[in-house]
Amino acid sequence: MTDSKISPSPKTSWLRHVLTAFGPLVGLAVVCALFAVLRFETFVTRDNFAIIMQQTAVIGIAALGMTLVIIAGGIDLSVGSIIALGTVVIALLLQKGVSPLLAALGGVGASALCGALSGLLITRLRLLPFVVTLGMMGALRGAAKGLSGEQPVYPDESWLNGLMQLGRHGGLPSGVWLMLGLAVLVSLALRYTRFGRHVFAVGSNELTARLCGVPVERVKLWVYILGGAFAGVGAVLQFAYLTGGDPTTAAGLELNIIAAVVIGGASLAGGQGTITGTLVGALIMSVVANGCTKLGLSNWVQEIVTGGIIIAAVLLDYLRRRSALRNA
Amino acid sequence: MPDFTISPVLARLRLGSIKKRFGATVALNGVSLDVAPGEVHALVGENGAGKSTLMKILSGALAADAGSMTLEGAAYAPEGPLQARRAGVVMVHQELAIAPHLSVAENIVLGAEPGNAGFVRHAESRRIAGEALTQLGRPDIPLDVPAGRLSVAEQQLIEIARALALGCRVLVLDEPTSSLTQADTEKLFALVRRLRAAGQSVIYISHFLEEVQALADRYTVLRDGQSVATGRTTDTTIDRIAELMVGRQVEELYTRSPRQPGEVALEVHELAGPLKPVSASLQLRRGEVLGLAGLVGAGRSELLRAIFALDEVRSGSVRVGVHAGPASPLLRWRQGLGLLSEDRKSEGLALNLSLEENLTLPRLEPLIHPAALAAEARTWIEKLGVRCAGPGQAVGNLSGGNQQKIALGRLLRNGAEVLLLDEPTRGVDIGAKQNIYRLIDELAGSGKAVLMVSSYLPELLGTCDRIAVMCRGVLGPARPVAECTEHQIMLAATGANAA
Repeated sequence: MTDSKISPSPKTSWLRHVLTAFGPLVGLAVVCALFAVLRFETFVTRDNFAIIMQQTAVIGIAALGMTLVIIAGGIDLSVGSIIALGTVVIALLLQKGVSPLLAALGGVGASALCGALSGLLITRLRLLPFVVTLGMMGALRGAAKGLSGEQPVYPDESWLNGLMQLGRHGGLPSGVWLMLGLAVLVSLALRYTRFGRHVFAVGSNELTARLCGVPVERVKLWVYILGGAFAGVGAVLQFAYLTGGDPTTAAGLELNIIAAVVIGGASLAGGQGTITGTLVGALIMSVVANGCTKLGLSNWVQEIVTGGIIIAAVLLDYLRRRSALRNA
Repeated sequence: MPDFTISPVLARLRLGSIKKRFGATVALNGVSLDVAPGEVHALVGENGAGKSTLMKILSGALAADAGSMTLEGAAYAPEGPLQARRAGVVMVHQELAIAPHLSVAENIVLGAEPGNAGFVRHAESRRIAGEALTQLGRPDIPLDVPAGRLSVAEQQLIEIARALALGCRVLVLDEPTSSLTQADTEKLFALVRRLRAAGQSVIYISHFLEEVQALADRYTVLRDGQSVATGRTTDTTIDRIAELMVGRQVEELYTRSPRQPGEVALEVHELAGPLKPVSASLQLRRGEVLGLAGLVGAGRSELLRAIFALDEVRSGSVRVGVHAGPASPLLRWRQGLGLLSEDRKSEGLALNLSLEENLTLPRLEPLIHPAALAAEARTWIEKLGVRCAGPGQAVGNLSGGNQQKIALGRLLRNGAEVLLLDEPTRGVDIGAKQNIYRLIDELAGSGKAVLMVSSYLPELLGTCDRIAVMCRGVLGPARPVAECTEHQIMLAATGANAA
C-alpha cells in the first residue's frame, strides 16, 4: 500500500516478458529440433513441412475464433459440431446446384448463425458458456446428421476441393495461405481496433468493462458469432480435405482447438491470449502428431504426448501468473 | 473516568492491550475488552476504527502482535477459526454463512455432525438441531426444508442455533440488523435477551446507537485502533457515545479553496432502486463538492451506481445537464459523467491490463493507434504524478495510491464534468490522500461538479461544500458544511434523530 513499491525488478519482469511472448515458440523449436535430430531425412523436408501446415489449417482457422472467445472469458465447445454441420451444408448446397463460392459462404453463414445462437443464449439468458455450448455441441451434431440423412454427402467436384491440395515441389495449399491471411487480420483487429480492446477488457474484468461503458453483452455476442464464422471457414477446408460433407467429422476437434489456444498462452480465465501464440500452439500439435508418425510411434503415444504438452502449457501459465502475483 | 471493568474472576472473555500492525499501518494500538457471563457487550466505532481487525483476532483469523486473551481464566490463543469455534467463540457475520441447499438440521450441525467413522447419525443430528431451535424459542422451524428457502432473519437464527449446538460461550454478532426489517429486529432483540438470561456472553457490534442503548448492558468504544471508553449503557446517552466515536482532531490535510457554484450539472429526483436507495433527491452544481455521509450499507454506493445506470432504477429521475431519459454507462460517459468505484481491485480497474488500457477504455476511436494512446497515457501519468515503469505496465503492479490515481485519471482523460467518487481515498496512504484532496479541490475550482461518498467524516468536512446524510436508503437534505458537525452527522447517520 505504500508508494515505495513501484514495480518488480527489471530482471524478473524481462524474464516473464520473454516467457509470455516466446514461451510457445520455444516449445515449438524444441519439438521440431527433437524430431529433426531423431528423423532428419524424413522430417526435415519441404514436402513434410507442407503436410504439417496442411494438417494445421482447419484447427488453426477455427482456433482464431476460439482465441477471441477465450480472451473474452468464454469457451465454445460446439465448434467441432459446427465444422461437421458446415461441411454438410456446403455439400448439400453444391448438390442443389449452387455455385461453389456461394456454397462456401452458405457454410460460413450457417456456422456464424450457430455461434450467434450460443451467444444469444449466453448473453440474454445469462447461462454459463460451458453448459450452453456443451448442449449446442450435441444439438448441432444431431442437426448435421439429420440434414445429411446420417450419410456422408459427396457432391460433384468443384474448385473448392482444390483448397487443401498440396502444390507441386512442396508448395503450400491455398487453405494454409487463407489461415495465415486471416490470422494477420484477426491479429491486427485485436491490436488496432476498439473491438479488440473491448474483447480484452471484457475477459480481463467484466465489471470494469461495464463501468467503462463497454457494451459487454454485445461484445460477447459478436465474439461467439466470429467463433462460429471462423469454424465455418474451417469447415470449408475440412470439406475440401474430405471432398464431401460428413456429419461425423471433426468429433472431439473442439478440444484440440481449445488446446491450441491454451498452449499458445491464452488464459481460460480470460483477458489474455495472442494470435501468434495460438498458431504456434496449433503447429506444436501438428508437429507432434507428424513427428510421432515418422518415428513409427502408435497413436496412443501421440495422445499421451499431446496431453502432456497441454498440461505443461497450463502449468507454465500458472507459474507465470503466480510470479506476476508475487511481484504485484 | 470511572473504572467500569469487571474483576478478572467474573470475566468470561478478557482481551488486554491487543496490538496489531500491517506493515506501516497500525490497525490496533491497545484494545482492552472484557465480557461477563450473561452480558451483552456492545462494540462501537467508526469504519476503520479497528472493529473487524479485533474480531479477526478474536476468531483466530489473525494473530495479535501483542496483548493477552483469556477465556474462562485460561489463556486463549486460537490458531484458526475452527479452533476458536471449538473453544466456544463463535461469530455470526453480516454476510450469513448458510449452505442454501442443505436442510435446516444439516446446517445447524454443519462441521460438527454427530456420528462415527464418517457416517452421520441423522436422528442425533435432528435431536441436536431441534434442541438448539427450542432454546431459541423457535421450535416451529421445520428441520427438513432447505435452509435457502427461509427468510434472511430465519437464516440468521439458524446460524445462531449452529453456534449454540457447538457449545458456544461467547457469541459475536456483527451488524446483525443491517439486513433485517424492524419487526425482525425486535424478534432478534428478544432472542438475544433470552440468550443473556441463559448465561451466554454476547459481543454485539452495531453502527446503530439506539440499538446499543436498547439492548446492551455495557459498551466499549473503539477509535483509531484503541479502546477509548467503556461503561454501562444506562449511565450514558447516545450523544455521548457518538462524541466518543468521532472525538479526534482534524489535521490540516484538506484543501478547500473558496469557489462559486455555477449552473446545475446533475439533478436527481426521488430516485429509488430495487432495494436501495429508497428515496434520494439532490442537486449538484458546477464548481461544487457535495458529500454523501452515512454508514456502510446505508445505500450511498447504490445511489451513485443508480445515477450512473450501472444498477437498475425502479423509479425517479436523473438529469445530467440537459440530458434526461434512458441511460446506460456508455451514455453517461458521453454525457460527461464518470464514476470512481469504491472497489478498486475487483471493479474499478482491470488489474491485468496496462495503465494505458485502463485509462483509455471508456472513450476509444473505432480504430486505435497504440503509440498515440501510449503517448497520451504518458502525459496523464505525468500530470497525475503516477509512479510506474511506463504506460504499458499492468496496473495491478502499482501501489494502492498510484492505482487510485489511474482510476481517477480515467475520469479526467475521458472528459468527465460530473465526477461521482465512491470512497476516493480508500486503501491509500496519507500522502496519496492529500494529493487526492488537492485534485478534488482543483477540479471543483475549474468548474467541475463532484459528488463524493466517504465513510470518513473528517474527510467530508474538510473537502466538501455541502453534505447530505443517508440513512437506511433515504437521503436527507444537503447542508452547507459550515452548519455541519461530526457529532450531528453521526446522529443522523445512525438514525438517532430524523435530521
